[in-house]
Amino acid sequence: MARFHNEHEPLGGSILSKTTIICAILAFIAAVLLAKRMVLGLGSVTNLNNGYPWGIWIVYDVVIGTAFACGGYAMAVLTYILNKGEYHPLVRPALLASCFGYTLGGISIVFDLGRWWNAWHILVPGYMQPNSVMFEVALCVMAYILVLWVEFAPAILTKFGLTHLKKKLDRVLFIFIALGVLLPSMHQSSLGTLLVVMGYQIHELWQTPILPLLFLMSAITMGFSIVVFEALLGSAGFKRSIKHEMPQLAKLAGIIRAMMIAYLVIRFGDLIVRGAFGAIFGSGIKSVMFLIEIALFATPVVLFSNKDKRNSKKALWIGACALLLAGALYRLDAFLVAYQTGPGWSYFPSVQELMVTIGIIAAEILLYIVFVRKFPVFYTHKLTPAELAAAHTK
Amino acid sequence: MTVNRRNFIKGAAGGGAALATAAVVSAPSPAQARSNLEMPPNAVGLLFDSTLCVGCKACVAGCKEANDLPVDVNTADALWDTPLDIGPKTYNVIKLYADGTADHKDQEQNGFAFIKKSCMHCVDPSCVSVCPVSAMTKDKQTGIVAYDADICIGCRYCVASCPFGVPQSEFDTPTPKIKKCEMCRHRQAEGKIPACAEVCPTGATIFGPLTAINEEIARRRAMKPGEANVFERRTLGSGDTHERPAAQYVDHVYGETEVGGTQFRHMAGVPFEKLGYPDLRQKSFASESEGIQHTLYKGMIAPALALAGLLWAAKRASHIEDEHPEE
Repeated sequence: MARFHNEHEPLGGSILSKTTIICAILAFIAAVLLAKRMVLGLGSVTNLNNGYPWGIWIVYDVVIGTAFACGGYAMAVLTYILNKGEYHPLVRPALLASCFGYTLGGISIVFDLGRWWNAWHILVPGYMQPNSVMFEVALCVMAYILVLWVEFAPAILTKFGLTHLKKKLDRVLFIFIALGVLLPSMHQSSLGTLLVVMGYQIHELWQTPILPLLFLMSAITMGFSIVVFEALLGSAGFKRSIKHEMPQLAKLAGIIRAMMIAYLVIRFGDLIVRGAFGAIFGSGIKSVMFLIEIALFATPVVLFSNKDKRNSKKALWIGACALLLAGALYRLDAFLVAYQTGPGWSYFPSVQELMVTIGIIAAEILLYIVFVRKFPVFYTHKLTPAELAAAHTK
Repeated sequence: MTVNRRNFIKGAAGGGAALATAAVVSAPSPAQARSNLEMPPNAVGLLFDSTLCVGCKACVAGCKEANDLPVDVNTADALWDTPLDIGPKTYNVIKLYADGTADHKDQEQNGFAFIKKSCMHCVDPSCVSVCPVSAMTKDKQTGIVAYDADICIGCRYCVASCPFGVPQSEFDTPTPKIKKCEMCRHRQAEGKIPACAEVCPTGATIFGPLTAINEEIARRRAMKPGEANVFERRTLGSGDTHERPAAQYVDHVYGETEVGGTQFRHMAGVPFEKLGYPDLRQKSFASESEGIQHTLYKGMIAPALALAGLLWAAKRASHIEDEHPEE
């Protein structure tokens, strides 16, 4: 993939800015709090309890965070599997965000594990328990983090002038691209399957045997949305023109819309089949959260039905943000709001717990800025979309 | 240097491939959407008869002593062991149901009844099904659901998944363990019986092989309420008996069918929903979750086919790009 990858250049510029300094401070606070957790235990920092053994470190940092990090996955499907070369310029920035999203998600799991020093047991054949959805998720996420960095490695190798090595990697890269589509398909669906075993403890508006399908569909759509989100944010933040990328972003908006129509049809169809449709009304706070979720999911469906809107930066921004919030809320609802664990238990994250999550997000933003300024991530647009497409259809 | 780089690439490729292979090799053996697991051949169990319980809580104290558990203080003066429910410091508790004037034992209205809560030792336990590292296991012979802290990674999926809220984690230590009743397997290994059954003065909690427990349940269900009957203490066949009038049982033995059955059975004179027992279906939650996984990943055939297709597609895309010369 030589020629394409050489069409990327570092943005350059100083990495010191108000944004990066604030991010660094927030990341440092999180590091201090995580040190406290290591010395004194999970209870010293979090509000976790035996009614809610999983809090936002799992639900945000892992379940929602890795769905936000599906940009690399979604773009790989489109560019390499469906062979749409025109999207090539969007791949590397998406991949980079995925690298950090997944890597930091993986690291934060370790801090959430009560007995983290035993974590390597997952890889010991005698301990492996393949009936466990958690086992599959853990193995897939670990493997995918490796795969993501190999997929991103050409940018790093180019930066350090290791062209010899890069040439060799290019020859086997297709293997990692294939794994980079298979692994997230497996674990993003399984993140939904995690809840099936909880049975009646998950409210009927969310508990269904098709959780894996709903999680997978929403994860891929979140992947496309984060690409739109990052392209627009990157253009504003780095004062970078995206006029070359707008046609592709408009097409992504169309894909997002189609995926969400299918998602909503399946979601409501499932509610009707299970006889849970009536629960939409009269389930108190759960009804309210469900309706907000659906309104957010429906926003891009309505907004992106108009061609002008798909070509408007503002509408793209609103639609992508709505979908990202919808996917995040769906996961938060399914894992925490819908989780009814018996009388007497309650959970709301502590300030310290929230600061850790905020610090991890800050670390992701910080690393992303450093990387796009120092490494060849963004596309230079020396080749036109037409040329790119032509190269792929040759 | 060249060799090192080559090895690096090979290593990187090999590492990914090995992980993929591990996923394939360790995949569940072909078993389509599965049914509930069967009762182990030499299952042991406990029977709690609410109508015999006098609420002395000797079982709570006996359990704490046998399992070396700390006091669970919940009063301002901090002078009592006052557990409010099971938890990391308490493996079994006795609770009280009271209604109206609470004058009559084992009566739903204007009555009272005692309830025992501890691990149900499910036939098809969610905690065992969800544990990623086999730290939670079910003995193939006795069916005891046991925990090994040396294997556990502390993910707390068992805590989240148990339909009875039994396994619970410690949060106030950097080295937390999951805590739950293991039917005193350390005592059973010495030929003793679980402490709660050992110390119970009325035989409200008795221990025995599940076949004997089933026979005893049948015997009690056949008793005429009010008629004098003999009840054993500690274990079935202990010979340590007392006589008392049989109570009026509700027509439901809790644990016979719930989530595929449990090895801890409960009998009571008050409907179980009044006593705080969850109303559970017969199909185990573990069988549903594993059924989905086994359908999707049966023999890893579907993922392998998907990978083959993806490899073909990705190779096709990279071929096209290879035609461009390296700059």
